[in-house]
Amino acid sequence: MIPLLCRWLAACLLSFLPLQLAYAQLSIEIVGGAAQAIPIAIVPFEAEATWPIGITGIVSADLTRSGLFRMVDTNGVVPRPSKAQDVQPAVWRARNADAVLVGSMLPLPDGRADVRFALVDVVKQQALVQMSFTVSPQQFRITAHKIADIIYEKLTGDRGVFSTRIAYITKQGSRFQLIVADADGFGPQTVVSSNEPLLSPRWSPDGTRLAYVSFESRKPVVYVQSLETGQRHAVANFRGSNSSPAWSPDGRKLAVTLTKDGGSQVYLMNPDGSGVTRVLTSQAIDTEAMFTPDGQSLLFTSDRGGTPQIYRASLLGGQVERLTFEGSYNVSPRPLPDGKGLVFVRRDGGRFQVATLDYATRQVQVLTQGPNDESPSVAPNGRLVIYASREGGRGILAAVSIDGRVKQRLVAPATDVREPAWGPFPRS
Amino acid sequence: MRNFLLVAIFAAALVGCSTTPTTEAPVEDHGTAGQTAPGAGGASTGGVQNGGVTGSQLGSGQGGASELTNPNSILSKRSIYFDFDSFVVKDQYRPLVEAHARYLQSHPNARMTIQGNTDERGSPEYNIALAQKRADAVKRMMTLLGARDNQIETVSFGEERPKNPGHDETAWAENRRDDIVYAGE
Repeated sequence: MIPLLCRWLAACLLSFLPLQLAYAQLSIEIVGGAAQAIPIAIVPFEAEATWPIGITGIVSADLTRSGLFRMVDTNGVVPRPSKAQDVQPAVWRARNADAVLVGSMLPLPDGRADVRFALVDVVKQQALVQMSFTVSPQQFRITAHKIADIIYEKLTGDRGVFSTRIAYITKQGSRFQLIVADADGFGPQTVVSSNEPLLSPRWSPDGTRLAYVSFESRKPVVYVQSLETGQRHAVANFRGSNSSPAWSPDGRKLAVTLTKDGGSQVYLMNPDGSGVTRVLTSQAIDTEAMFTPDGQSLLFTSDRGGTPQIYRASLLGGQVERLTFEGSYNVSPRPLPDGKGLVFVRRDGGRFQVATLDYATRQVQVLTQGPNDESPSVAPNGRLVIYASREGGRGILAAVSIDGRVKQRLVAPATDVREPAWGPFPRS
Repeated sequence: MRNFLLVAIFAAALVGCSTTPTTEAPVEDHGTAGQTAPGAGGASTGGVQNGGVTGSQLGSGQGGASELTNPNSILSKRSIYFDFDSFVVKDQYRPLVEAHARYLQSHPNARMTIQGNTDERGSPEYNIALAQKRADAVKRMMTLLGARDNQIETVSFGEERPKNPGHDETAWAENRRDDIVYAGE
């Protein structure tokens, strides 16, 4: 009863506060932009003003935030088109738009809206997509994100990530919280609160569970928690330290770092904590394991060569290959979803920066300036990287496009934010 | 900006919701006090601070509380500091490590946890491993000096428990450390 009431109350308030920031919600500022942003005109939908919350404003914000789009002014176009066949290409070409979004959101007797939209390519003079949704006002935000995803995919060829969620850790005073929010920072929900540090949130591939590390028993212990029920259990609570969980792509295994047998070593286990097996053996630190997208190898950090470097180990044959060679500190490997490279953190002088490594060319591209950038997490479409940074002594989150061109800062007032984790594509 | 009251209600609604079982794990009431140090033989009363008379000898048995806490005793020294990116125990800390090893040897029921720490720079996850290695380095020395393996558990706090919350070299130097905590303390 109470949770439902709360959800309903929150939903109502949300619907009355379309642009108002929630408490401690992340707000986003865009720092850079793509060289060749796609000019798109987003025409306010027919009847949109009659609803307490709109859709096109959220679509615009999503696309602008990606850095790949430029909004074309729609003022003064009369009559305002709401269907594909009403779009006059010449009018929009004169405004240098390549694409135009039009639509309507007419009220239905049951209180819901009949949301229809069309995306028109005014260069080729054809409708790229036309769709309709029957949704309640509480679903306008998610509908807007879906529309933005569709536009992004039609115009860039990559799947959009506007409907995804992120997880991150906040610290306020001595209070640590694991938060899950929409990718635009909206609707933050507390998943765990603790007076001791929380670390390393990791989404299960289906988005239903989070693995994370909690120090609540005065040592690092790995938990897995259901987002639906809130139920959780300690899956790795061995003697010593338990850290750095990572899900296999099929969600059936966790890689974790344990010290139960001496030294930090990588183990595999079932997500319920059973079936613990050691997969790597060294006299050095092995940690930060991540499965490659094919599930057949682990990327990990090891100081077996004297300094922390990134390695790849085959889970089939057991061969281990060193991947990073430049510099004395290369850590936190995160595989790119296309399997062609990884994102990692390097130290250059005293600066910690996020960079990419391409497997084929062995080329390293530095994406951020530092000096305190860490804990990167790659969006499921591989186009953006969210990471933790530091500004004025405070932890903030930032995101950078995979080519390093577009940067965003995500700031929550009076809160230290760190350890971001980008969630998977929503199940359709 | 528009309406502070609404924001406050909204925040309150979210806070109210956050205590429901759907979103909240039962971690809420776990403070730092009243927690069991891992492997510490069930000593559940934490927080015996210096200056107080330590009346109970939970877990560690065998007298000697004043020996451990007397500021004139080297056993009251509990921190070992490290260089950047290093887990080498510096010579200056050898007397301290030896004294605690002797104490463990002469108090077979005594148990300690060595908590490794790093400064805030670099990967938080790698820092858990590095801090663990610092704790393990001191444990190895103590066992070579006569302490038994099962008397010492090493755990890592990584960069999560800074002694000095600053962001400069002075703070970082204070944070690259092992802390020794006896069971029952």
